[in-house]
Amino acid sequence: MKYVDEYRDGSVATQLAAAIAAEADPQRRYAFMEFCGGHTHAISRYGVSDLLPPQVRMIHGPGCPVCVLPIGRIDQAIRLALEHKVTLCAYGDTLRVPASAGMSLLKAKARGGDIRMVYSAADALALARDEPTREVVFFAIGFETTTPPTALVLRQARQLGLRNFLVLCCHVLTPSAIGTILESQEVRQLGTVPIDGFIGPAHVSTVIGSRPYEFFAEEYRKPVVIAGFEPLDVMQAILMLVRQVNEGRCEVENEFTRAVNRDGNLKAQQHVSEVFELRKSFEWRGLGMVPYSALKIRSAYAEWDAERRYALNYQGVADHKACECGAILRGVKKPTDCKLFATVCTPDNPMGSCMVSSEGGCAAHYTYGRFRERVA
Amino acid sequence: MSRRAYVRPLDLKHGCVDLSHGAGGRAMQQLIDELFAPAFSSAGTSDDIGRGDDGAVLPPLAAGERMVIATDSHVVSPLFFPGGDIGSLAVHGTVNDVAMMGARPLYLSVGFILEEGFALADLARIVASMGAAARAAGVCIVTGDTKVVEQGNGDGVFVNTTGFGALPATRSLSGAYARPGDSILLSGSIGDHGMAIMSKRESLAFDSEIESDSAALHELVAAMLEAVPSSAECGDPDRGLRLLRDPTRGGLASTLNEIALQSDVGIQLQESALSVKPQVAAACEFLGLDPLYVANEGKLLAVCASADAARLLQAMRAHPLGAEATVIGEVVEDAQHFVQMHTRFGGRRNVDWLSGEQLPRIC
Repeated sequence: MKYVDEYRDGSVATQLAAAIAAEADPQRRYAFMEFCGGHTHAISRYGVSDLLPPQVRMIHGPGCPVCVLPIGRIDQAIRLALEHKVTLCAYGDTLRVPASAGMSLLKAKARGGDIRMVYSAADALALARDEPTREVVFFAIGFETTTPPTALVLRQARQLGLRNFLVLCCHVLTPSAIGTILESQEVRQLGTVPIDGFIGPAHVSTVIGSRPYEFFAEEYRKPVVIAGFEPLDVMQAILMLVRQVNEGRCEVENEFTRAVNRDGNLKAQQHVSEVFELRKSFEWRGLGMVPYSALKIRSAYAEWDAERRYALNYQGVADHKACECGAILRGVKKPTDCKLFATVCTPDNPMGSCMVSSEGGCAAHYTYGRFRERVA
Repeated sequence: MSRRAYVRPLDLKHGCVDLSHGAGGRAMQQLIDELFAPAFSSAGTSDDIGRGDDGAVLPPLAAGERMVIATDSHVVSPLFFPGGDIGSLAVHGTVNDVAMMGARPLYLSVGFILEEGFALADLARIVASMGAAARAAGVCIVTGDTKVVEQGNGDGVFVNTTGFGALPATRSLSGAYARPGDSILLSGSIGDHGMAIMSKRESLAFDSEIESDSAALHELVAAMLEAVPSSAECGDPDRGLRLLRDPTRGGLASTLNEIALQSDVGIQLQESALSVKPQVAAACEFLGLDPLYVANEGKLLAVCASADAARLLQAMRAHPLGAEATVIGEVVEDAQHFVQMHTRFGGRRNVDWLSGEQLPRIC
């Protein structure tokens, strides 16, 4: 497939692997966090770690949109469907995220909730327009990549005067999550999570640009290489990070130049800032309450805000006691450190959010990498 | 057969299925006489079949042959798709299940569940397509049933088919027979059927020329067994064909995991040996699907002793439905039953069971 196969070429991968092996100092350890679930998935699906020398280790980051969604937010969506009888439209993976009391959107659907899987925010808007007697709520989740489409449908809903379309906004911000990880005790004080650099987001960066990461490179002295989601992008980014570390540089570099520039998509940013404003605080699974880390709908669009219309109070709900998703999302633990991993928690029966999406660290490891922990 | 007491023929242009078509009265009889019977008529029908009795009496099998039976219900949406429809699919699906056992498919039973309001014109198309597919495959539809459910309780039409076939005396194929060292062969590209269906889904419809690979595979199977008989027939445990499977729902990945579990082995795949059509790969790419998990309806997977792999491959390639066959991997010892793949990229990964539902209602 043109423009895709070129970035999955095994012979180029072998050359990059040789370059990484030649340049990575065997006397030191390199630990890089791939922030995005898209990178986690690529690394696992293509077996990228098989091509890395032992001194280079990848740590999965929190950049999987459904993984960081706290139970309380899923509970809100379920309440909308079951108690308020709305038609709830959600992205596919969201349907399987475990909520309180053994529920999930999928289970709520089986109990009679009108819950639909959509591929885009526009599909939800179209449903509301085509069926005016139905109250349609779009469950808007995700990082900066999925935020502009939500902003667009809100603008359209207002233009069309569509009163039966609402949005439950749970959009979160990437830089806040990176900042939280860098500020965490494990990284700053305890040093239990050695992070020598970041592979920066691909799709998120097409929207926000590379500029927001400059602060982390300078302030925290961590190199960042923005990379695409194809496996060769990841390999190239790892090589660039190794070079930065070897040369003592802490810069923001851009491997994904075919899609990302320094400023990002200004038009998308403008739409987003017209429709959304910062929340004072938002709960993330794994990271807890993070100040100014998420968006809410501006009062000019209040009519389309499901949280306001239904006066949904947010109630935090603790994860399962033995679930290590929090620590895994912060890079403190590996999936296999969790007692529930591959025992009671599997992709078919996820207990924690990291086991839900194929971009989650646990699901990626379970699906693609389990043979590595083979019982001898 | 005496003339029945109705006057007006079925309105196959504008008519709809109504509840009386499943009630057992004249309307149902008319549906059978005017629509099903002509479409399913077959040159090979004997006197014991097609007399309007409650069941069909089938002739005895040849000495030593055993009867193989397989059943499959079809709920595909949309009902008509590029490369086939629910009718041809219902024939191919069940013929293939019988063929994968190494049996010669002979007869089919057909059960329809129709939704009140379903257009008779569409039903006629489906039934004609079933009849044509059965004749092409050389199997007789010998008995059937029709029920009608109220509007809203079905999705147009659901079809169940049960297939009967004859298995030669000493032949034996089973998913439990794979042994470490065996070769795994695949008859062609993967993911065609599932993506053809997806391309026509109302919510997703995208422009593509992907056609379903829906096809009856029993002749390919016959050619393969001619070249490489089952291990049981060879009488040599180091020779012969072990098993055949058609990787339908859940795709190749699920079928391989089933085999690994059934045979208590592991499997090593070579991604570079797998073929995915560019259109299918592109559609999978933008829908976020993995072709390994996408359904096929005209492909088969064979496991044979490695000594016979070359001969089997040659036999497959000599048949039009196996022209693109390749050896895709081998069976290994593995108490954990892992299916692993050497990626084209140069790494390794598990090819796990499908979790959840990747694509609903594809067959």
